[in-house]
Amino acid sequence: MIKEQLTQIKLSASSELDRAQTLDEIETVRVRYLGKKGELTAVLSQMGKLSPEERPVIGQSANEIRNFIENGIKIKKDELSAKALEDKLSAEKLDVTLPGKRIRIGKKHPLSIVLDEVKEAFISLGYSIVDGPEVEYDYYNFEALNIPKNHPARDSQDTFYFSPEMLLRSQTSGVQVRTMEKRKPPIKMIAPGRVYRIDEIDATHSPIFHQIEGLVVDKGINMSHLKDSLNVIAKKLYGANAETRIRPDYFPFTEPSCEISVTCFNCGGSGCSFCKDEGYIEIGGAGMVNPKVLEGCGIDPEEYSGFAFGMGLERLVMQRYKITDIRMLFENDVRFLRNF
Amino acid sequence: MDISYKWLKQYAAVEADGREFMRRMNMSGTEIKGFHSLSDGLSNIAVGKITKIDRHPDADKLVVCQVDVGDKGTLQIVTAATNVFEGALVPVALHKSVVYGGQKITKGKLRGVESQGMFCSVEELGLTEHDYPDAIKDGILILKEGIPGESIFEVLGMDDIIFEADVATNRPDCLSVRGIAREASATFGVPFTDEKPILSETTDDDVSEYLRVTVKDSDLCPRYSARVVKNVRIASSPLWLVERLRNSGIRSINNIVDITNYVMLEYGQPMHAFDYSCVSGGEIIVRRAGDSKSVKTLDGEEISLNPEMLVIADREKPIALAGIMGGENSEITENTKTVVFESANFFGPSIRRTSKALGKRTDASSRYEKNIDPSMTVEALDRACQLVSMLDAGDVIGELIDVDSTEKKAKKIFLDSDWINKYINTNLTKDAMINILLSLGFEMSGEDVVVPSFRSDVSDKYDLSEEIARIYGYDNIKPESFKSDMSGGGYTDKQKFEIKLNDVLRASGLDEIYTYTFTGTKSFDKIRLSEDDVKRNCLKISNPLGEDSAIMRTTVLPSMLEVLSRNYNNRNPEAFLYELGKVFVKTSDTTLPEEKIIVTIGFYDTSGDSDFFTLKGMIENVVSEMNIKSVSYLPCSDNPSYHPGRCAEVFSDGKRLGIFGEIHPTVSENYEIGQNVYCAEISLDVLYSSMGEVKMYKPLPKHPASTRDLGLLCKNEVYNSEIENIIVKAGGKNLESVKLFDVYTGKQVADGYKSLAYALVFRKEDGTFSDEEVDAFIVKILDALKEKDIILRQ
Repeated sequence: MIKEQLTQIKLSASSELDRAQTLDEIETVRVRYLGKKGELTAVLSQMGKLSPEERPVIGQSANEIRNFIENGIKIKKDELSAKALEDKLSAEKLDVTLPGKRIRIGKKHPLSIVLDEVKEAFISLGYSIVDGPEVEYDYYNFEALNIPKNHPARDSQDTFYFSPEMLLRSQTSGVQVRTMEKRKPPIKMIAPGRVYRIDEIDATHSPIFHQIEGLVVDKGINMSHLKDSLNVIAKKLYGANAETRIRPDYFPFTEPSCEISVTCFNCGGSGCSFCKDEGYIEIGGAGMVNPKVLEGCGIDPEEYSGFAFGMGLERLVMQRYKITDIRMLFENDVRFLRNF
Repeated sequence: MDISYKWLKQYAAVEADGREFMRRMNMSGTEIKGFHSLSDGLSNIAVGKITKIDRHPDADKLVVCQVDVGDKGTLQIVTAATNVFEGALVPVALHKSVVYGGQKITKGKLRGVESQGMFCSVEELGLTEHDYPDAIKDGILILKEGIPGESIFEVLGMDDIIFEADVATNRPDCLSVRGIAREASATFGVPFTDEKPILSETTDDDVSEYLRVTVKDSDLCPRYSARVVKNVRIASSPLWLVERLRNSGIRSINNIVDITNYVMLEYGQPMHAFDYSCVSGGEIIVRRAGDSKSVKTLDGEEISLNPEMLVIADREKPIALAGIMGGENSEITENTKTVVFESANFFGPSIRRTSKALGKRTDASSRYEKNIDPSMTVEALDRACQLVSMLDAGDVIGELIDVDSTEKKAKKIFLDSDWINKYINTNLTKDAMINILLSLGFEMSGEDVVVPSFRSDVSDKYDLSEEIARIYGYDNIKPESFKSDMSGGGYTDKQKFEIKLNDVLRASGLDEIYTYTFTGTKSFDKIRLSEDDVKRNCLKISNPLGEDSAIMRTTVLPSMLEVLSRNYNNRNPEAFLYELGKVFVKTSDTTLPEEKIIVTIGFYDTSGDSDFFTLKGMIENVVSEMNIKSVSYLPCSDNPSYHPGRCAEVFSDGKRLGIFGEIHPTVSENYEIGQNVYCAEISLDVLYSSMGEVKMYKPLPKHPASTRDLGLLCKNEVYNSEIENIIVKAGGKNLESVKLFDVYTGKQVADGYKSLAYALVFRKEDGTFSDEEVDAFIVKILDALKEKDIILRQ
């Protein structure tokens, strides 16, 4: 009798579980069969009526059925929750091609992007970075650099004056002198900064622009060292394939002097309209520091020698980003600024 | 300066083509920027001889010519030109030729008659009538010489290569064909032909009967050489001379003037020719202008002289502006019979000053101002007179006038070959060095190098090292790295601070800008500075580009506002900007100003999402990220550029870091920005000096904190900072933090009052406060607030 009841319970519980669609329905099945007042409990309460021989057999059978139902409930629950998760995920589907929510991050000005790279390059070569005044004495901008009054070289960099002795620096080279006056060799520094020249503003001219000046002074520095340093620097700024070429030029504060060119980044050296078929583009000037300049700073040129170099930042930036109008750099239109 | 290759080759027989010449000269130190020929773009034009002219059967205005073009046979050419004649030599554009302007010529029929080419006018060859005075406008160029079939470019010297040389200021000797030829001879290893001009046909007149030269101011005129030519026959110059001048960018005038220009180009020695009949009293006096007030120069300009300017005068008046331009009153004319050739040396700086003051720069002055070699005056003069004889332009009087106060002592420099090899890192023998120096015109005297007079730029062993290095070739110097016991490279603490500050500003959403550091005084008015504001005390540029760039800025505000205004006018919906910009604080008229960097922020936002507190948030980011100690904010209502109720100053430990706030609406209007504008100006130096100690690790709390919210009621005028200060003081060390989370004004509170809600957090290290303990803290805080009429909101 009890045995038939148990079989019946197993069958009906199994089919009810199969039909259950929600967690509530599963719970109803559980309460109906396994609850305190459930059918299996009710059957087990009749165990007392059974003979001692039947009891273990039926007891074992009842336990098997309890395990069977509990297991069925667990499987069903897992099935349902997997389904529910699947439904939830599919309902939560997004159009991932919609735009993101961005936090506004400010942009570096292109002049700073390149200047910072230049600084990093020199820092990694053991240079330090030195600053100097933009309003400068005539002495530091010209006299101490072997450019006395009436020197024709003054013409080529027409200068803004406040008084005969005070001016807006037309080159960063004065920082060399200030540094050598303050520090004894060895010296290894760069001086990036603003310079001013009388030039009407147009696509390629700005009365304010930036130069990067460099100076190395030590015992036994020679032209080979200058060439090597320029090579290393050019490769850092223009990439490993950049070749440097120097050719004679004239600056009053260096002797010998040279112009620095690197492989044209546009054609890679084969010649194009950009480099006027030369394969090289000029990036600045350099030379061995003129002994008169060293002497003026209290450094004995027989004991020490050095080299100096200078280049224009705007030119580097305009070449890098193919900017054709220098005015863009100082107009600061946000559409321009946020382009980089 | 344009240099004719043909002319140069006369002095140095270089064989390189134009490109190779340019490349090697550039590598040895003579900058050649480019080259061209007058025949560029033209092709297939030859000399033809007209052998027969017939009338065109069907056209009155055309004639049919038979033209002998040498090995190209006889061509039939139909022309409308009226100046052709049988036997004439003319330029013939052959079948498939290109004339000036790119026009292609092919054979065809004109009114039914075959025409196998075209005769060319001066214009069709790209030349000007000026160089061919005999040519008729719109007519065919009738050639004086030429062989039928020969290329017209050779006949007219148009195949010459013209180099554009850019000569460095220290090499005035290279402002000449001979100078560049000397460089070319050293560069290409060919000899330099240096023949001294010889005057063979001269008269034996006593020159003093014609002319006396007195140099009164020899400080400005170290040397004055002159020759007199009589029986002058003014005429046009021969074609070869015209062409050489043309290929050097100078127009032919007449034989005498052309000779002076020719010699200037060849030697770099400017020359002048006076009409002797206009030299009053037969005396040339070189002197400062002094009392002479003016002189009319050859270009017809009346020049006002200042007393220091050097003039060439006769006994009565100035007849030339020395070293710059001749006077109209002594100009060579068709009627000139006797000529005085001047070949002088003037003190460069004086010529430079005069030329600059008058805004008059000529071929002569641009040479003189660089201090040319005084030893070449006579040779140049002789060359001119040799040409006079060659051109049969007059009779040269043999006797020379030469007033010379120059010192003739050659500079000598010991040739320290070991030192040079070390300095330029080469391994050259002494002989190799000597050969280089000789090729450049230096001489040797024992162990010493004798510097030629035209190389005043060379004065020591460093200069010699450059001469040797550049001819040896910079390319041949091997790069070598150097070892140095240098330490101490890298960024300074202040530089690192700046780098981080830039990062923080950009992280706050600000784009970096670069602005001009000079501005105009009008900007002070635009930002409403009062008349006596100290910022108006600024450095003034004495030669500014314009009114808007005449002073060094003392405030960054106008620069920032200009940029914002430009963006606004360019219809950019928003601009969030910053700059670390310099201002210049004047110290005195003779000492350098203090240059200070101001951290400048500026923005506008048409979306309406940003306000004063957006700006303040950026400031808070800066002071927090840069670890600025004890920061406080105080309202500021008296800065004329800012909104009096929306402006604050920020302090660190009582030191003023700067100011920020909404820009005064009148100022925004002055900059035509129709939006609220927000700006900040913070001193970088004060910010840097206000950095706090490095923050040490603090263990995270182990026990939960107790939190309480307080709703307070107070008058509208009470600042949040006052309330926070009271709470912090009364809360003591048990109060971990206090944070405002709501501000309310409106119906729920009385007029003139506002409600502020704060979240307070109390914490102790070794446990959690009981409710009773926290209640006691709150009572104490409320009591302190009540003293200032700030009460708990019911």
